[in-house]
Amino acid sequence: MAAQPRVGNLSNVSLEMRAWNIRRKALLMGEVQGQGYIGQALGVADVLATSYFHALDYRPEDPEWEGRDRFLLSIGHYAIALYAALMEAGILPEEEFETYGMDDSRMPMSGMASYTPGMEITGGSLGQGLGIAVGMALGLKRKNNPAFVYNLMSDGELGEGATWEAVMSATQWRLDNLICIVDFNNQQADGPSRDALAVGAEAPKWAAFGWHAQEVDGNDLDALVAAFDTARALTEPKPRVIICHTKMCKGVDFLENREITHFVRVEADEWSRALAKLEDARPA
Amino acid sequence: MTLASMKRKYEPRRVQLGPDGQKVATSAMIASLAAEGYDTVAAPFGHALVNLAKTDERIVGLSADLSKYTDLHVFAKAMPKRFYQMGMAEQLLFSAAAGLAREGFLPFATTYAVFASRRAYDFIAMAIAEENLPVKIACALPGLTTGYGPSHQATEDLAIFRGLPNMVVIDPCDACDLTGMVPAMAAHTGPVYARLLRGKVPSVLTRHKPDYRFELGKAQMIREGADVLVISTGIMTMRALDAAEILAKDKVDVAVLHVPTIKPLDVETILKESGRGRLVVVAENHSTNGGLGEAVAKELLLAGLAPTFRMISLPDEFLEAGALPTLHDLYGISTKGVVKQIKGWL
Repeated sequence: MAAQPRVGNLSNVSLEMRAWNIRRKALLMGEVQGQGYIGQALGVADVLATSYFHALDYRPEDPEWEGRDRFLLSIGHYAIALYAALMEAGILPEEEFETYGMDDSRMPMSGMASYTPGMEITGGSLGQGLGIAVGMALGLKRKNNPAFVYNLMSDGELGEGATWEAVMSATQWRLDNLICIVDFNNQQADGPSRDALAVGAEAPKWAAFGWHAQEVDGNDLDALVAAFDTARALTEPKPRVIICHTKMCKGVDFLENREITHFVRVEADEWSRALAKLEDARPA
Repeated sequence: MTLASMKRKYEPRRVQLGPDGQKVATSAMIASLAAEGYDTVAAPFGHALVNLAKTDERIVGLSADLSKYTDLHVFAKAMPKRFYQMGMAEQLLFSAAAGLAREGFLPFATTYAVFASRRAYDFIAMAIAEENLPVKIACALPGLTTGYGPSHQATEDLAIFRGLPNMVVIDPCDACDLTGMVPAMAAHTGPVYARLLRGKVPSVLTRHKPDYRFELGKAQMIREGADVLVISTGIMTMRALDAAEILAKDKVDVAVLHVPTIKPLDVETILKESGRGRLVVVAENHSTNGGLGEAVAKELLLAGLAPTFRMISLPDEFLEAGALPTLHDLYGISTKGVVKQIKGWL
């Protein structure tokens, strides 16, 4: 792999293992509730592993450390995936997975900043994350703070007008400290995103708006590492986007092959089967 | 095609002639509110913000292509490096303001009240209010202060923001309120929505009560009177005070309680003053639905008070376009309209 991890991954644990651990933790949480956005979590695990164990600078013991890179989860329903990553990163205690989605839990079904250490914003009302990211990136520049702002959004959010207001604004303000990650799994609530507003080639669209745009296989860790490195190292004074094409349910074959919907149904007895399947694919 | 439910207004309008029996031209939106007989102060909001920003480094200003029309251009000119022109994008305006607040700044974000309350509401709700972030929203053209018609007349903004948890809501009357509310908005730890008056803004309150100063969350008696208690907010306090002087000549003694903070409401003062046997009239530059009138009525009922209760407010309609003085007469929120309605209730 191209570059050394910055922090949080000073151990010899591979990114592959990190991604596997994130998938496993997400499945464990899904099993607790008997439901969850597991399709998205399995699909985006490699992107989160690359973010938290290669790209982001943070201190697990101090999630509000001023020097941290900010990671915004615009897609609140992906919370199960981010909780798994935050546990893997040591920001959330691993044993809390059993409380996921329960009364009094710090891990509600949709991500909210006031509930969870490491959850930067309250997402869920889709299309808001990138605008908030623009404001945070402006704020960091005012403070001469060199941290990056990452905004993780979905392909469905490409349909929100507010996303494009923020896209234009990031170019206007030359926000070279802003990295937007689009999880493109081509699956929004009513069907394929490509059949809705995510039509046309995404990278040229963002590039036409003045962004540095990359499009990668979001389940290819080497490709992700290279894309994140490029986005961070770029010297051009422009915002950066990485469009990550991911596969829903990645890593659990019988779910991958199921008719994929926005909210993947997993029967009660299938959680343990999914965990067993994942175990078979445990990285060496 | 005209559907049965649609209202077509092709026929000559029902708007009556202006106050002097003359047809009056619609004024430009940037025009100041006419207030005869009062001294005026130029751009009090903008100047107050500049003054405060001199001592508070956290303050930044943002506008969505309406800095000139919200008096934020005064700040932009004085402190260009602390001003963000966000373009004609109100959803971005408020989400970016939320982001700046997250990074420790105190953003004052301005646009028109219609755009904040209607277009950007979800962004104000979720990016700002849900986390109680200190974003200060200041919006021009509140209620019926433009003759441009419903696209620019924010007749339901108070109802919308009253419904939003954590949001403080202010409707200032005059230059004194505007000057006083800016530091109060900054000092409050959470989000604030304030209506703005811009341009040449009259000085009303200190003429009637020389020691008046704006206090967040406080209702204040501006004028005492034995027969009628007008509980008013925003520019309707000016109307109430002017009406009271006219009614005094007819031996009608009108008290005026000014309530510039709609939320949190100064319930204690309102109940104390309402319980003294006078006719209670709530006057607001807002729809009759969901504004100060309903807020006061709720508190009176909860407290078991049942004074004779009337409201001077805008109807539950999309209002007409036309000249502002004509429209204020038409909808009963001119001084003349206030006098007439109070007389009718005595």
